[in-house]
Amino acid sequence: MCLGVPMKIITVDGTTATVEMANVRQECDLSLSPGAKVGDYVIVHAGFAIEILDEEDARETLELLDQIGFDTGRGS
Amino acid sequence: MKYLDEFRDAERVRKVAAAVAAVAPDDRDFTFMEVCGTHTMAVAHYGLKELLPSNVRLISGPGCPVCVTPKEYVDYAVALAREPGVTVATFGDMMRVPGSSTDLLRLQAEGADVRVVYSARDALAFARAGPERAVVFLAVGFETTAPTVAATAKEAAAAGIRNYFIFAAHKLIPPAMRVLCDGGAVALDGFLCPAHVSAIIGARAYEFIPRDYGLACAVAGFEPVDILQGIYLLLKQYVDGERRVDNQYSRVVKEEGNPRAQEIQAEVFDVCDSRWRGLGDLPASGLALREEYAALDAARTFEVEPEETVPDRGCICGEVLTGAKVPAECSLIGDECTPARPVGPCMVSSEGSCAAALKYEYE
Ligand code: SF4
Repeated sequence: MCLGVPMKIITVDGTTATVEMANVRQECDLSLSPGAKVGDYVIVHAGFAIEILDEEDARETLELLDQIGFDTGRGS
Repeated sequence: MKYLDEFRDAERVRKVAAAVAAVAPDDRDFTFMEVCGTHTMAVAHYGLKELLPSNVRLISGPGCPVCVTPKEYVDYAVALAREPGVTVATFGDMMRVPGSSTDLLRLQAEGADVRVVYSARDALAFARAGPERAVVFLAVGFETTAPTVAATAKEAAAAGIRNYFIFAAHKLIPPAMRVLCDGGAVALDGFLCPAHVSAIIGARAYEFIPRDYGLACAVAGFEPVDILQGIYLLLKQYVDGERRVDNQYSRVVKEEGNPRAQEIQAEVFDVCDSRWRGLGDLPASGLALREEYAALDAARTFEVEPEETVPDRGCICGEVLTGAKVPAECSLIGDECTPARPVGPCMVSSEGSCAAALKYEYE
């Protein structure tokens, strides 16, 4: 029941948004993420956007990840 | 950025798995617990345990919301569904959780008005559309779900909707983690902290764990790369000789969480003592509707007499939820207990450890 997935906001109408993932569209409530706007990716949980995804942070995580193969913290 | 493919990429999975193997100190064993049912499911689905070094063990905790909901609650929900004029609205996972003599799915087949919803909003919409029926939403779930239910309570109150009710059994994750630290059934070295619970409460909410118990914490997302990177971070804390809360999932989880969601939740719910399947009665570990919202409280509105709750026989869900046992140790798994005929909640929910074990380990 707790499957929160990243979905892209297509339209916003008041506190309701249309969000999309893999061509599936649904409605979601924005009252827990009032800053969300068209084009943002949000985590949708039980019909509500609970957080906006941060692209810069995502990139940083991937960069760190691509480095850890070389930095295992041992044997150096 | 799609936020999914990047974190499922096979090449990255291999690389981070290699990094986990390389970083893991080999002079001792490690036991980490994933506290979230969605992690349990992802770990099983992607076969991540196979990728871990043999001295690193990952076990499941009390993170499946339906599973930790006590049987008494199911019996009460059954009694509500039997009331004339009452519609029970619930997440699908609750439908087949066995009560003492029946479950909601069977009641529905017998003609009771039980409806599966995807969101508390849907339950509120039923109430709006049919003012002649009392719609009771079964509000189970953790900190991720509670604010969504709180939002509907506020909306119902503001719109003067009088036939929408909440039967609250929300649970809070950090108090359960404290109990597991305080002398749970297994000695743990750290926690893989939940992804979306943390989106609401913030990574900071776990600071007491390294501070008071000296255990490692890492908040991690739900994709395979996220989970393995989370385990890497947990092990790295042992290499570094320092325990802390690492946040692998910073693309969603902030240190302070989602303040708006916390605010809405606090407006509607008070923290209360709560009963957990497996863990028992835990102080300050649940949410009850505040006095101002008493009119929406199903427990205070409907005088139903639920049947006496019969303790489970043979089902070891309670021990599975605390990490004391693994599903394979249950003598009923796969024979008497299957997803089609579940004996306990851990087999019902797709996030349940027994369902995950049966689906991925026994095939
Ligand atoms: S396999 Fe079934 S009976 Fe056994 S612990 Fe899991 S849910 Fe309970």
